[in-house]
Amino acid sequence: MNNLIILVPLLPFIGFLINGLFRKSLTKSMSGIIGSGVILAAFAISVYLFMQVRSGGAIPTAVYFDFINVESLKVQFAFQIDQLSSLFLLIITGIGFLIHLYSTAYMHEEKPEHFARYFAYLNLFVFSMLLLVMGSNFVIMFIGWEGVGLCSYLLIGFWFKNTNYNYAAKKAFVMNRIGDLGFLLAIFWIIAKLGTSNYADVFASVKSFTPTELTAITMLLFVGAMGKSAQIPLYTWLPDAMAGPTPVSALIHAATMVTAGIYMIARSNIMYTIAPYTNTIVAIVGLATAIFAATIALKQNDIKKVLAYSTVSQLGYMFLGLGVGAYTGAVFHVMTHAFFKALLFLGAGSVIHAMHHEQDIRKMGGLKKHMPITHITFLLGCLSIAGVPPFSGFFSKDEILVGAYNENPLFYYIGLAGALMTAFYMFRLYALTFLGKFRGTHAQEHHLHESPAAITFPLIVLAILSVLGGLIGIPALFAENAHSLEKWLDPIFAGSNEYTTAHHLEHSTEWIMVGVSTTLIVIIIAYAWRSFSRKERFEENTGVGKVLENKWYVDELYDSIIVRPLNGLAGFFKNVFEKNIVDGAVNGVGRLVQYSSRQVRLIQNGQVSSYILVMVLSLIVIVLLFREQTVIVSALRKIF
Amino acid sequence: MIPVLLILIPLVSGLISFFIKDVKAAKGWALLSSILTLAVSLAGIWLYNQPANLHYDAAWLPTLGTRFTVGLDGMGQILCLLNAVAMPIIFAATYRNSYQNPGAFYALMLLTQAGMMGVFLAYDCLLFYFFWELALIPAYFLCSQWGGEKRIAVTFKFFIYTFVGSLLMLVGILYLYYKTPDESFALQSFYNVVLTGNEQSFMFWLFFIAFAIKMPIFPFHTWQPDTYEQAPTAATMVLSGVMVKMGIFAVLRWLIPVFPDATLQFSQLIIILSIIGMLYASLIAIRQDDIKRLIAYSSIAHIGLMCAAIFAQERTGLQGVMIQMFNHGINVIGLWIVADAIENKLGTRKFSQLGGLAQKAPALAILLVVMALANVALPLTNAFVGEFLMFNGLFRYNIWMSAIAGISIILAAVYTLNMIQKIFFGETNALTEQATEVRSNVQWMLAILAVVIIVLGVYPQPMIRLTEDTVNSILAALK
Repeated sequence: MNNLIILVPLLPFIGFLINGLFRKSLTKSMSGIIGSGVILAAFAISVYLFMQVRSGGAIPTAVYFDFINVESLKVQFAFQIDQLSSLFLLIITGIGFLIHLYSTAYMHEEKPEHFARYFAYLNLFVFSMLLLVMGSNFVIMFIGWEGVGLCSYLLIGFWFKNTNYNYAAKKAFVMNRIGDLGFLLAIFWIIAKLGTSNYADVFASVKSFTPTELTAITMLLFVGAMGKSAQIPLYTWLPDAMAGPTPVSALIHAATMVTAGIYMIARSNIMYTIAPYTNTIVAIVGLATAIFAATIALKQNDIKKVLAYSTVSQLGYMFLGLGVGAYTGAVFHVMTHAFFKALLFLGAGSVIHAMHHEQDIRKMGGLKKHMPITHITFLLGCLSIAGVPPFSGFFSKDEILVGAYNENPLFYYIGLAGALMTAFYMFRLYALTFLGKFRGTHAQEHHLHESPAAITFPLIVLAILSVLGGLIGIPALFAENAHSLEKWLDPIFAGSNEYTTAHHLEHSTEWIMVGVSTTLIVIIIAYAWRSFSRKERFEENTGVGKVLENKWYVDELYDSIIVRPLNGLAGFFKNVFEKNIVDGAVNGVGRLVQYSSRQVRLIQNGQVSSYILVMVLSLIVIVLLFREQTVIVSALRKIF
Repeated sequence: MIPVLLILIPLVSGLISFFIKDVKAAKGWALLSSILTLAVSLAGIWLYNQPANLHYDAAWLPTLGTRFTVGLDGMGQILCLLNAVAMPIIFAATYRNSYQNPGAFYALMLLTQAGMMGVFLAYDCLLFYFFWELALIPAYFLCSQWGGEKRIAVTFKFFIYTFVGSLLMLVGILYLYYKTPDESFALQSFYNVVLTGNEQSFMFWLFFIAFAIKMPIFPFHTWQPDTYEQAPTAATMVLSGVMVKMGIFAVLRWLIPVFPDATLQFSQLIIILSIIGMLYASLIAIRQDDIKRLIAYSSIAHIGLMCAAIFAQERTGLQGVMIQMFNHGINVIGLWIVADAIENKLGTRKFSQLGGLAQKAPALAILLVVMALANVALPLTNAFVGEFLMFNGLFRYNIWMSAIAGISIILAAVYTLNMIQKIFFGETNALTEQATEVRSNVQWMLAILAVVIIVLGVYPQPMIRLTEDTVNSILAALK
């Protein structure tokens, strides 16, 4: 079994090596087949492992070797396949495969060398993400954690000739590193306390931490999650990450990377459950991010930017779910979000592909009739993310919002407001892109076409998943005992459930909530549909609209309060402090020596009497100083 | 016999090399000698559990109480290996560089190697001091004879600076010598010296300043960027890859176990100094426009972490220092090779004149990315293991200090990615338009280093095992 388990990450790694090392000699079809094939094989094994877990529960930890073993710090290279990780394996390799398949068509314009390089990076990305979820301790998780950061860097800057893309790539890496530092400190804390970071050991001895320690550790872990999962204040890298090829965005937003933070907290749920302060902060940060990003998405005109901010916002909902203890809901939303966000991004890619790299939705419109498959699948994705029943997003989002209501009704109302905004900006996007008249150039219009099968096939699969995916988590409201995901994940969250008092809402209250929210969402959709499907002219934004279009000027704010002062300080150190103070002192000492040697030279005046005077004086000083120290005497004796 | 061979091979072949006139013969001779040394060093590791082969003791200057005692413990093994690995890589990677008077150049390189071997092997303090100077003097000549335009002023500073340190240390050594019960320079006698508190503090600083200059630790570092910039790159590789480890090594062997009380007393001050240096050097690195100076400041930051981890006096941190001494050497030599290749190719080291090289030299770009990832201590590279352990040690010492020092992890990402971006990405300009892929010897050496980086990053445990004994003895001395 151990050999089989290690194949899951090893296969993508082998794909990375082959595509990376032989990128010059491989043909495009070979690179594509190898790149996608390894992921498909990993997916097949993941399915098998999932079935194993289903029939026999968690597989015993697969230990390979001692990674680091220093008496008080032991880290094993070991993988843990249980209900949570096997579920993530399916998402990562399954959706990952679809994205690889899609890429073979989407990237066909690249030269063979770059085509192979692209697949090498993509494979490495999946490999890192697999390490992240499969590791049986926090250190292995951290390895994958930084690994996905690296891969996002490489892929965002894939078109490395473009300087702006490079900046975006660098920004992503550095911002992630800020979070990583928090994660790292949390690991140190755990290891300093327990000597190990194995999940099983840590969660079993969670009571040996003081409440302060636990709050600190969970907060530090959460800082890591903020970076990787793009939460306030470390979210600004994700929208910029759109610089990468569109399938990469799908990979980052759906199957890998940003869900890492959710996975981390879900994995260590027991620590969070008994650290109530952190939990509240997680919920508030999540909620704030959900709203904040949604407001920005209202006014974006780049098809990918809208989707990017919607991801930030949806991740906020997941953290809200984690913070209020609705762990199953959060993981559920990771899954459904992976379906519909991959669908939406790949759909957007299909549109961009047809539009010859045009991304501005103001210049689109009427694509419905030219791209029927892309259109219908995209519409299903929009319905799902907007939370219209019975699409998958409805179930998962509803579960989170019900959890929020239990914690604090205010969370629910704010969350609902965010959901309404989601419905609005998604259907604004949909209507501007697919409905009405085409607003681009004639050349573009002439060229509009449906994408090839390698692109439409993943869209169809993902659309089916987006529509039906919610059925694994039907709430008790509709049918008793139909929430199969909850049952599946029960072993993971059982520890936390002991602490939480299950206060179930009255079914009547819940019916009202569902009814009201659904009605409002449908009204908003109708409104957006009506206002944007026949829109021809676009005015400049003013006032609040302009602020939103410019993303609340947060990038500018960071630039002026962090980046520029730090740069200034560095410049001061380099040009002033280092040159004049530190080195100046050294040179000063040098000059002092030269100066004093000139002075000392004056003493050497050739008069024997003055020499004798100096000699006697020095002897007296020496004797006085070292009167009791026989050392000098014995030294003198030795020398003479 | 192994330790004697490790010193003798480079020493003798170095002296012979002075008489070689032919360029190719000089290069071949040096390469041959260094490969032989590497083989001996590997044999030493192979025989790690046969102490008889790893220690050697002979009369030297009996009247002075000093003996020719050399030996290999875990730390010695790892540093001798670094020294032995570095040389053939450096020789091969810079094989096409031409030097005036090549026989002398390679002779001095080999003599430096011999001196450093001696430092890592000596179990007698006078012998240690002798080799310490033996390593310094040829290095000085390498820089002053084959260096860049400003070489005279810069190497003069380098020499004076390190020489002042050496003299302070010499005073300390003599003082301790008279304090030893048996008037001996032997390591064990030094460990047995009994000193009053004041004596310890005073002596501690005499030694520490010498070592701090060598490492270097803020604010004793200003000789370093200038020297690295002006020295011929092969010498810079030796200086930064191996010679700075002499300072760290000396702290671990000759400072902490001899002055345990003073170590305890001043550790906090030194850690703070190291952390300031880490952040300070990292910030300066962000603004550098010169590849060599960027690497120099980045190196100062990394060394600062090692120093802080030593004085945290925790097992994990010390273990991290042990393996990081090796790893840092490998990684920084890799960076220098890239810097040298670019300078040779294009005649500039300025970022502002570079850009777009990834299109022209993709293999070099990939190899630099691997080196750069090791420089930012990405997991599954060798440096991650070292830094992870060192930060862990620092964390156990003080949570806040490790958090502040941790900022350097973020800054490292900033300046390292800056470097990659400005050299390799973006559009080509008139200068880089003509660039081509680097020569195969450079590629092969970088590829070897890349493999070492990954292998030690995935499976570091053997190296940790190897150095456990040294860590144990240091911790025992501190108790």
